[in-house]
Amino acid sequence: MSVIYILLAISISVAVVFFIAFILAVRSGQYDDSYTPSVRMLFEDELIKEKNKKSILTKKE
Amino acid sequence: MEHKTCFHCGLDAASSGIYYDDKTFCCNGCKTVYEIFSINDLTCYYDLQQAPGATPKDIEGKYNFLDNAKIVDQLLEFKDNDVQIITLYIPHIHCSSCIWILENLNKLNPAVSSSMVVFGKKTVRVTYTPQQLSLKNLVTLLSSIGYEPYISLEDYSVGKKHVDRSLIYKLGVAGFAFGNVMFLSFPEYFQVGEFWLEQYKHLFRWLMFAYSVPVVVYAAQGYFVSAFKGLRSKILNIDVPIALGVIVLFVRSSLDIIFDMGSGFFDSLTGLIFFLLLGKFFQQKTYSFLSFERDYKSYFPIGITKITNDNTEESIQVYDIRKGDRLLIRNEELIPVDCILIKGNARVDYSFVTGESRTVSKQSGDKLFAGGKQLDGSIEVDVLKSVEQSYLTQLWSNDVFKKDKALSFTDITNRISKSFTISILSIALIATSFWLLTDSSKALNVFTSVLIIACPCAIALAAPFTFGNVLRIFGKKKFYLKNASVIEQLAKINTIIFDKTGTITTNKETAIHYEGQQLNDKEETLLKSTLRGSNHPLSRSLYSILKANDIVSLDYFEEHLGKGIEAKHKNHNIKIGSAPFVGLNLDVTTLNTSVHITTNNNYKGKFTFYNKYRTGLSKLFNKLKKDYDLVILSGDNAGEKDNLTKLLPAKTKLLFKQKPEDKLEYIKYHQSEGAKVLMIGDGLNDAGALAQSDVGIAISENVNVFSPACDAILDASKFKHLYEYISISKSAIKIIKWSFVLSFIYNVIGLSFAVTGQLSPIIAAILMPLSSISIVVFTTVATNFVNRRLR
Repeated sequence: MSVIYILLAISISVAVVFFIAFILAVRSGQYDDSYTPSVRMLFEDELIKEKNKKSILTKKE
Repeated sequence: MEHKTCFHCGLDAASSGIYYDDKTFCCNGCKTVYEIFSINDLTCYYDLQQAPGATPKDIEGKYNFLDNAKIVDQLLEFKDNDVQIITLYIPHIHCSSCIWILENLNKLNPAVSSSMVVFGKKTVRVTYTPQQLSLKNLVTLLSSIGYEPYISLEDYSVGKKHVDRSLIYKLGVAGFAFGNVMFLSFPEYFQVGEFWLEQYKHLFRWLMFAYSVPVVVYAAQGYFVSAFKGLRSKILNIDVPIALGVIVLFVRSSLDIIFDMGSGFFDSLTGLIFFLLLGKFFQQKTYSFLSFERDYKSYFPIGITKITNDNTEESIQVYDIRKGDRLLIRNEELIPVDCILIKGNARVDYSFVTGESRTVSKQSGDKLFAGGKQLDGSIEVDVLKSVEQSYLTQLWSNDVFKKDKALSFTDITNRISKSFTISILSIALIATSFWLLTDSSKALNVFTSVLIIACPCAIALAAPFTFGNVLRIFGKKKFYLKNASVIEQLAKINTIIFDKTGTITTNKETAIHYEGQQLNDKEETLLKSTLRGSNHPLSRSLYSILKANDIVSLDYFEEHLGKGIEAKHKNHNIKIGSAPFVGLNLDVTTLNTSVHITTNNNYKGKFTFYNKYRTGLSKLFNKLKKDYDLVILSGDNAGEKDNLTKLLPAKTKLLFKQKPEDKLEYIKYHQSEGAKVLMIGDGLNDAGALAQSDVGIAISENVNVFSPACDAILDASKFKHLYEYISISKSAIKIIKWSFVLSFIYNVIGLSFAVTGQLSPIIAAILMPLSSISIVVFTTVATNFVNRRLR
């Protein structure tokens, strides 16, 4: 039994796993909107630190 | 330093005197929004972007139609007892603050369980509990924070939209196969004849075959379909040689590996399709927040208030309006059907339909046409015709709107592909017959090699990449094209037709001139104080240009609708308004809008309102006059004729009082004489002309508000660059022609290998990607260079 069969099997299954991941990502709509998520990602901190943010704001004035 | 601008919306707030929380606001509306946000701990909104807000508009009664369950059902995306989902289009979405506030809607109302913004489309998808929050209240909530959704008849008739993602899937399949095939075919490129390679090469080849099958069957599908359609209608489009190449590549490679004659061309095959799809993807740049297909439906409201027999108000859907119904049209509402005015003062703005900028006053008993906008309070009307039969909607049944422009037009690539396909086929036949006579064993090899190497990948890529790039650069410069073929059409234009109102004039400003005796200080103060009390648009614009500062309180003030204003202060009286109102014998020849003034019954003079033309207008026309026939088609009267002849080059044709149908016919007539017409317009009145012309450009002060169906939308501020846009389109065509030359050189090199029977898989694998990539690089660099002109 040659090792090349094992290597090929590994290479193909890794490739197929990534391909399936890609199909699932497209199907779930990840490629429909390529802009908003990039902005949304930055807001997650803001929601938690709301109170702090407000005090900074008043200092600025 | 004192704040001079509104903290919420950024407008000038110097004179408003509204303060709250140490911040200035331009109006109470903005202040209220700030209050809502600060109570709910959402002031973060103002940190992300400075002054991001919009002033909330008065929407009293406007959304009453959302009480009608039937209408609501049509708008909802998902409906259940406990949960409803709706996607709303909100034109104001413009920055990260907007995303933030809209996605935190549940802080303002706990009934909203989630809200998701799609920035590119300017939509928000809201999930909420209907028991606690009705759709009407949701819309009211959004409006109260300055994010008023736009709901039109269009939302009503369109079903759930299907998202087409097939190109991404195909690209994924082709890319996946391309990478893996490259990796598997690499060992054989070096043909070293090693023991292990000889032993396993069959396995490798069959794996490559397996990867290529989905590429040919699925990813390349579009090319076969298009080639078949082309052949059926007897057109040799570019997809014919591509489909032929793909089939030959696949069959020849399969035969090669079955009979052990070589490793096949699977690498070139998958690469070719991957690059072609990439080109398609690149060209597919669309502006999802703009719509180029609008008809009257996107202007019309969904619901309207009907007054039933027992005098109660009921919201009904526009399509349910029947002849004889009594309707209530509120201030600023659109009249959806042809009708007769029964009660109230109608002042109707028909600029949408006719292009006429002046409003029309109507008395009870007069006929009103659909498409007008009521401006003076509420009116009651009796319906004469249903929506489909009204004047404006009738315009839309003209055949122009059913014609698909793209079908009647063969593009540059397809024009060249005809001679290309014929010459390739003859080269293949000549070379094959030559080899049949000399060495018949090589004949089939040569025949397939020619078709493989000549597969016009580079030619097919030249146009998508050039146009895609130009499209993107135009988009950055606020000139939004519907698709790439518009660029090609634009390059062929020889006649340019402009609409007047709103196209070469701005809607924002008017130029006002005074003729007559000089007014003294006292009179000017009185004039200004009087105008202050009036809401008529002419009064407002006159008020804003007068210099007097003191405001006196008036002893007597009366506004005569449609005539003018009368006022008294101490022993001075003043009359402002139309000529008969101030007691002047009307000279009928004046066509411009004027406001006449008398003080103490002495005629003083008149203010005349002129259209204000866009900056750079005469410069643009002088640049354009060398190469194009210029025409102005106006729906307005000839009042501006003298002004225009002074401003524009002498050969410009000026035509006034053109109805929408006249404009359409005018263009049709000139097209039949061989003219390629570019129409530039703005309103619904130009819609027919825009559809009939070869290229229709809608000009817009704000690209988010609605423009009629067209091929391109141009931001008004870039109007003066029109000449540059056209000349860049011409350069784009030149670039494509040069890329064709370049790819022909590659083809000659490839063919010299093919006809001599020396084409090996490795040469194909090098030559094909090399030609494709160099074409992509060349077109990208060249278009960017050309676009430097646009500074």
